[in-house]
Amino acid sequence: MKVGVVVFPGSNCDHDAYSAFKLVKGVTVSYLWHGSQDLAGAEIVVLPGGFSYGDYLRAGAIARFSPIMKKVIEFARGGGIVLGICNGFQILTESGLLPGALMRNSGLRFICRQVILRVENVNTLLTADIKTDRLLRMPVAHGEGGYFVDDATLVDLEKRGQVIFRYVDAEGVVTANANPNGSVNNIAGIMNIEGNVYGMMPHPERACEPVLGSNDGLSLVKSLCSQVAGGAIAR
Amino acid sequence: MAINSGSDPMRFSASIKVVLKDGVLDPQGETIGRALKDLGFESIVSASSGRIFRLDIDAETEAQARKIAGEAASKLLANPVIERYEVEMAK
Repeated sequence: MKVGVVVFPGSNCDHDAYSAFKLVKGVTVSYLWHGSQDLAGAEIVVLPGGFSYGDYLRAGAIARFSPIMKKVIEFARGGGIVLGICNGFQILTESGLLPGALMRNSGLRFICRQVILRVENVNTLLTADIKTDRLLRMPVAHGEGGYFVDDATLVDLEKRGQVIFRYVDAEGVVTANANPNGSVNNIAGIMNIEGNVYGMMPHPERACEPVLGSNDGLSLVKSLCSQVAGGAIAR
Repeated sequence: MAINSGSDPMRFSASIKVVLKDGVLDPQGETIGRALKDLGFESIVSASSGRIFRLDIDAETEAQARKIAGEAASKLLANPVIERYEVEMAK
């Protein structure tokens, strides 16, 4: 199974994503340069975290027009599996592959710390291996992570189960204090209607080995790989 | 010798103001508003921030330049999910 990790100028989690997917047996990982228009046969495309194009204008706004994104958008529209983490999530909303936008954190500060996520939908490729009600621990590291979407779309997202992760406290309860960035409904990660495009602000790839403080992220990485390799059809 | 039959393009300058839509959380504006209050500007009720882009555009008419500026704004300079924009032309 082939995974491609896109490298934009300013990506800084590309190596973490590469290493995380490398941990899964039977997976080969390659880097996809932003200036290229070749996905090199990747079955999963990962848009990693970082500060693509210096976050100029808005986070993800310029990356969206890079040559590789033309191919990624085609790939996603054709049902290809795409995972955007942090800046990758911002790029996916900017390119219209996911609804909404990521705004400046409500506290105006860059936040880098561990968060707790409640998995809201286990019927996705990314969360198929997760038991219902399990809480996941992994870091966030962003300045623009406040998820915003208009009220009507928010209702639709919730109704259709497109909200996959929510920021919660240690008991798994959605509280204002557990929300690090002012995201609506404490949303930390979503997918598109078809279930083949995933975006999340927290970093599963930085939580794949116990030495990093958590390996909860590996469950997501493994789940995605095994579902795609098994020929599972998105939703 | 070639004769220039069409009219020469002129250079126009467009200012594009991009601001958050009403109802979108604006922590930056709120913080600026609070800071102004702390400085003693008690009459300032609220503040919000945005950005201005200036584009120099070669076009045949002002209307055409304005159209180009609007397209640039909607395609790249503003994110229609959270922002709205206004185009203003200056000579």
